[in-house]
Amino acid sequence: MTLVDIPFWADLLASLLLVLGSILALIGSSGLLRLPDLFARLHGPTMGNTLGLGCVLLASIVIASVAADRLVFQELLIALFVVATSPVTAMLLMRAGIYRRRADGDKKAMPRPEENA
Amino acid sequence: MKRWPSVTLFTVTLFVLWLLLNNTLAPGQLLLGLVLTVAAALATAAIRPLRARPHHLPVAIRLFFVVLLDIARSNIAVADVILGPAKRRFNSGFMKIPIDLRDPYGLAALACIITSTPGTVWAGLTPDGSTLTIHVLDLQDEETWVRTIKDRYEHPLIEIFE
Amino acid sequence: MTTLLPWAVSFALIALAIAMLCAALRLLRGPAAEDRVLALDTLYVNCMIVTLTLGIQYGSRVYFDIALLIALFGFVGSAAMAKFLLRGEVIEP
Repeated sequence: MTLVDIPFWADLLASLLLVLGSILALIGSSGLLRLPDLFARLHGPTMGNTLGLGCVLLASIVIASVAADRLVFQELLIALFVVATSPVTAMLLMRAGIYRRRADGDKKAMPRPEENA
Repeated sequence: MKRWPSVTLFTVTLFVLWLLLNNTLAPGQLLLGLVLTVAAALATAAIRPLRARPHHLPVAIRLFFVVLLDIARSNIAVADVILGPAKRRFNSGFMKIPIDLRDPYGLAALACIITSTPGTVWAGLTPDGSTLTIHVLDLQDEETWVRTIKDRYEHPLIEIFE
Repeated sequence: MTTLLPWAVSFALIALAIAMLCAALRLLRGPAAEDRVLALDTLYVNCMIVTLTLGIQYGSRVYFDIALLIALFGFVGSAAMAKFLLRGEVIEP
């Protein structure tokens, strides 16, 4: 299949979603450079993980469904998996950051959220 | 205790995931998926610590769309902070929230919701489970954040899991 | 008939390349080890989005499977590294 035989609405919709998703991922990743410290930086990539990835997955669903002439929603698997796993990484990194700063004897205003469940 | 595997949310979810992965409804795959999910449910029955008892499906569906809407909205808010002036970017901090939810599955769901919403990350829970610490990117008034998390996420989760 | 999508794909690929550049810069510069792990995490998610975009461009379903595998192994990798930073060992006795 090539890109020449899809109807106009799918073309427009997928293009919009693709551009929106990549812009969101770009802004989220640029947060890695623009934000001041580790804890603030953790928030940036979450954008690319949620809405950025979601938009690109939707675009992929639209194109694949039009190409196959039926609803293909395998992309839901990636969405489910990323939604279930990316918070785990973020939380582990957050706790590692808190723990290591406390271990370094950094005595500034750091909360003590003892042990997590 | 050995017993016949009942149809739980776990087996149904596994079965649907198997069919989705193979992208088919062919009878052979249906049968294979059935055998595999039952085997997986039997094999993992011993290591599941306690069973979750979610109820109130309408509340859960409503919560799903609330979270989806909030993710979209806070994406815009975080993009605004990242692209905004430097003053707003140095406004992050930790805050504490008193919490009433006790069910471990409910807490896990709350952690996932809070962390996958851009702008807030779960940072820990006190051992007695009464106070939650989160890190907020745009910490302007704590009162709004407390109300958002308690009203929008915690109350539906209490209804679903307790 | 369809002239929008190739442009959108090109735009998305350029934007994602810049995003991966940002993450790579943080990976090289990051003051703490946690920053580097976070940058790697961002890098693999962006890589997955690039793979999906290429799948749209070439109209092939193989790219979906690649993206799924990237998601699986990327999560395992960054979770293991974050766990290592937290405890000093990945698998506790």
